[in-house]
Amino acid sequence: MTRFLLAALAGTFTFAAASAPAQPAPAAVIVKIGNFTFGPQALTVAAGTTVTWVNQDDIPHTVVSTDGGKSFRSKVLDTGDRFSFTFARPGSFGYFCSIHPHMVGKVVVKPR
Amino acid sequence: MDDTNRRHFLQCMAWAGTGLVWTMSGGVAASLPIEAAEAKGRAAPPVRPFTFVQVSDSHIGFTKDPNPDARATFREAVAKIRAMDVKPAFILHTGDVSQLSRPDEFDDADQILSEAGLPTFHVPGEHDMLDDGQGKAFLDRYGKGSLGDGWYAFDHDGVHFIALVNVKDLKAGGMGHFGPDQLAWLRKDLAGRPSSQPIVLFTHIPLWTIYADWGWGTDDSAQALAMLRRFGSVTVLNGHIHQVMQKVEGNVTFHTAASTAFPQPAPGTAQAPGPLKVPAGRLRSLLGIREISILGGGPPPSIAESTLG
Repeated sequence: MTRFLLAALAGTFTFAAASAPAQPAPAAVIVKIGNFTFGPQALTVAAGTTVTWVNQDDIPHTVVSTDGGKSFRSKVLDTGDRFSFTFARPGSFGYFCSIHPHMVGKVVVKPR
Repeated sequence: MDDTNRRHFLQCMAWAGTGLVWTMSGGVAASLPIEAAEAKGRAAPPVRPFTFVQVSDSHIGFTKDPNPDARATFREAVAKIRAMDVKPAFILHTGDVSQLSRPDEFDDADQILSEAGLPTFHVPGEHDMLDDGQGKAFLDRYGKGSLGDGWYAFDHDGVHFIALVNVKDLKAGGMGHFGPDQLAWLRKDLAGRPSSQPIVLFTHIPLWTIYADWGWGTDDSAQALAMLRRFGSVTVLNGHIHQVMQKVEGNVTFHTAASTAFPQPAPGTAQAPGPLKVPAGRLRSLLGIREISILGGGPPPSIAESTLG
């Protein structure tokens, strides 16, 4: 039970993961936003991974989960701005740009 | 028939011809008996000629290639309005006032637009929905007297103006979107309105699907257009795609407007939409304002595009 709680905490809080000696944090993963697309558009990561989106377009974009932004919602990302989210739980997370909704992407989170 | 009589006869015919056009574009109950019956007993108010201006996509705060100063080009657009021969009744801004919905961007846009000294009416673009309240800043500033997410209607000299919002709560994979509440309001607003009353509908994203891959259309626009079909003269004004395009469908004419900030590529001619990089010397020939003149009687409005340079 204690181990389970620790793992859950490590997944939720990046700082906790960094200071927990038992399990190294997964490598950071970058999604580039360019030419009105997310690259890669579909991504598979281990639970606890922090995904960072970087806007390389000269137009602002957002990153919003398709559950109405309940799972995650970035502020507006101007050119060069970043948004990070740590996926603590396994599952499939669709997301899109709420300004340009034809821009869609997906993160599949596998158990560690 | 001597010359004088012949001229007189031709003048009469020209007049009759005008009348015929008016009848056809004025909505004419004859071809649409059911809907017209809804409007029984309500005569359309007289239409008096007037002119108004559309500006769009000022993107105040945009500073990148090809326009390092969108404030300056917006100010040039307003100077053009001030210099018009006929004083316009008002200005419609069809959205993307700001680049990032920041208060200073809205402040500057207001200050520049106020230099025209005319009443202004707004609908939001998706760039005006980027504050933490997802459009609250825009609505607080421009939405007084509006309903829902900022839609409203008003009449001016016999013409019915409808302001619709199609940039709120956009759905993943979709395009522009009105939503059921707004469409229900539109149905109520149009119910019982005489079919001969000219309608001007303005919104940000185009109502006809210009290019779905870039999201240049409105998912539920067919429902709105079905409600407008019985009207004899419907003019749809929008922005969003930063280029002038027109389409006629029955009695509905669609006009998308130039931006005052930067052009975008023609549909499908680039990998993605976004600012089209053009040489500085060419920029102003791709930016502009639109002058719309309502003619007395009932023919479709006359539309004149005018570039900044």
